[in-house]
Amino acid sequence: MAAGSKRRRFRRPSPLVLREWLSGYAFASPFIIGFLVFTAFPMIYSIWLSFHRWDMISPPRFVGLDNFAKLITDPRANLSLYNSAFYTVFAVPIQLVIAFALALALTQKIRFRDFYRSGFYLPIIVPLVAWSVVWQRVLHPEFGILNEFLGWFGIEPMNWLFDPALTKPAFIFMSFWMIGRMMVIFIAGLGNIPETLMEAASIDGASAWAKLRHVTIPLMTPLIFYNMVVAIINSFQTFIPAKIMTNGGPQNATLFAVLNIYRNGFEYFNMGYAAALAWEFFIIIVGFTIAQFYVSNKWVYYEA
Amino acid sequence: MATAVKATPSRQASLRKRRMSIAGRVLLQIFMTVLVITFLVPALWMISSSLKVSTEVFAHPTVWIPKDPQWKNYARVFEVMPFAKFIWNTVVVVVLAVTGTVLSSAMVAYAFARLRWPGRDLFFGILIATMLLPEVITLVPRFIIFRHLGWIDTFLPLTVPYWCAATALYVFLMRQYFRGLPMELEEAALIDGAGRLRILFQIILPLSKPVIATVAVFALFQHYTDYMNPLIYLNSMDKWTLAVGLGSLNANESYGASWELVFAAGTIMALPMLLLFVFAQRYFVKGIATTGLKG
Repeated sequence: MAAGSKRRRFRRPSPLVLREWLSGYAFASPFIIGFLVFTAFPMIYSIWLSFHRWDMISPPRFVGLDNFAKLITDPRANLSLYNSAFYTVFAVPIQLVIAFALALALTQKIRFRDFYRSGFYLPIIVPLVAWSVVWQRVLHPEFGILNEFLGWFGIEPMNWLFDPALTKPAFIFMSFWMIGRMMVIFIAGLGNIPETLMEAASIDGASAWAKLRHVTIPLMTPLIFYNMVVAIINSFQTFIPAKIMTNGGPQNATLFAVLNIYRNGFEYFNMGYAAALAWEFFIIIVGFTIAQFYVSNKWVYYEA
Repeated sequence: MATAVKATPSRQASLRKRRMSIAGRVLLQIFMTVLVITFLVPALWMISSSLKVSTEVFAHPTVWIPKDPQWKNYARVFEVMPFAKFIWNTVVVVVLAVTGTVLSSAMVAYAFARLRWPGRDLFFGILIATMLLPEVITLVPRFIIFRHLGWIDTFLPLTVPYWCAATALYVFLMRQYFRGLPMELEEAALIDGAGRLRILFQIILPLSKPVIATVAVFALFQHYTDYMNPLIYLNSMDKWTLAVGLGSLNANESYGASWELVFAAGTIMALPMLLLFVFAQRYFVKGIATTGLKG
């Protein structure tokens, strides 16, 4: 059999097969060309850029590793990574818990289930620019509804977006409204858990908590993992709320990594330095994602 | 293991479960209602405030239903900034980008799903890898390339890349769907002498309306709400999209007091997406659920 397949592999493809190959390349060509022109070439070009200093007026000048030396010591670059990491570390786990709890509640037999599902999903349908514009005012110390609400419980008004210590917590709080995607994925996953497994656990006398702990959550780990990876990548790239609501302030408390890259590139026109920053950011994100895949073997349960 | 249990359904267990959940269910119902209102409040506040007079916007406690709805706030939005132009620009960009996305994604997905060619698996791997690629990495070099091409302050950077199946997720969704269609469809058509292009457009696509709708709805949302690309590429105000216009209005009004105008502009921008959600909810949900379950 091996000999037969070997001989077949080296035979000239028949005209029919050749035509299928050609069709394959022709139909895939938009992606192949697009990938080369809009992704692969820009990435290579940006490596070249990161070794140059260029303000787009005078010609680019080769500076070796200067840009990379600079980004290691640049307090603003480091602060921007810290801000993004801080936001991600607190926002993502809480988002996951909220989304999972909502999905659990919305797969019970309760009334108005579809209305609830749509309601919890709705915030992510509002374009993020409009959403940020509204939240900037929700969080306003004097006229915002959040402080008014907190006032019902005797809590003093807070300077959410004007106090550097409170801006990141305010951004994290705001991100709790953006769990619609995760929730929908969890609901779909919960619907796929076989009813018989739950019944078996009930017959064994398992409490609701035990069922959740030992049946539901283990079966949901692949989706928890998926949601976590996607949410971390997205949170780390937060840009719109920071640009719209605070423009990085106060005192750079919301200067997130992408905003910092954007500013270096399109406000200060340090193209080489911006490219170097983007590479640093890229390596952190991709490295972190790969690390998560490695660790996932320890806790994610894949059905055999 | 699971099937063995199925044969012995326990009445008692299910009865106990039901009795316990009656009190719990009422509590859960109340809790969920309060929570869902909390989730809706920012959007409701935006819509309500868009119809207020200034004194109501800043009133304490919050006025939820404006006494005399100020529809003229909406008219004023179009006076303070060329919002009609922004809407038109957004429509042009979105229509071009979504059309390109659907057509090119369908072609590429067809090649990956139903044709055999050397290198297919390699390119599919690359496609999947681009899904996890942070967009920021190409931000600066793309800008420089488009500047060389003279594309700055035109819609080209916002549309042309999407005629090249730039969003891998959509290709992936379509490929999954195309693979589920029976191969005999094609074989019969090939024997009849139909070309591949005809097979795709006259046989495959008419059978794939749900996935086309899902991709179109996703792409529509993506391009309608995009902020960073228009912000970078569109300099002159008469080229701006809604997202850039709203961001700029907000930045200007932050110093002034006309919150009701910003809320009205926000509502204008949000409304088409809310309507899209009402009419196309199942495509949103279906698309998201598939990406999570198969991705």
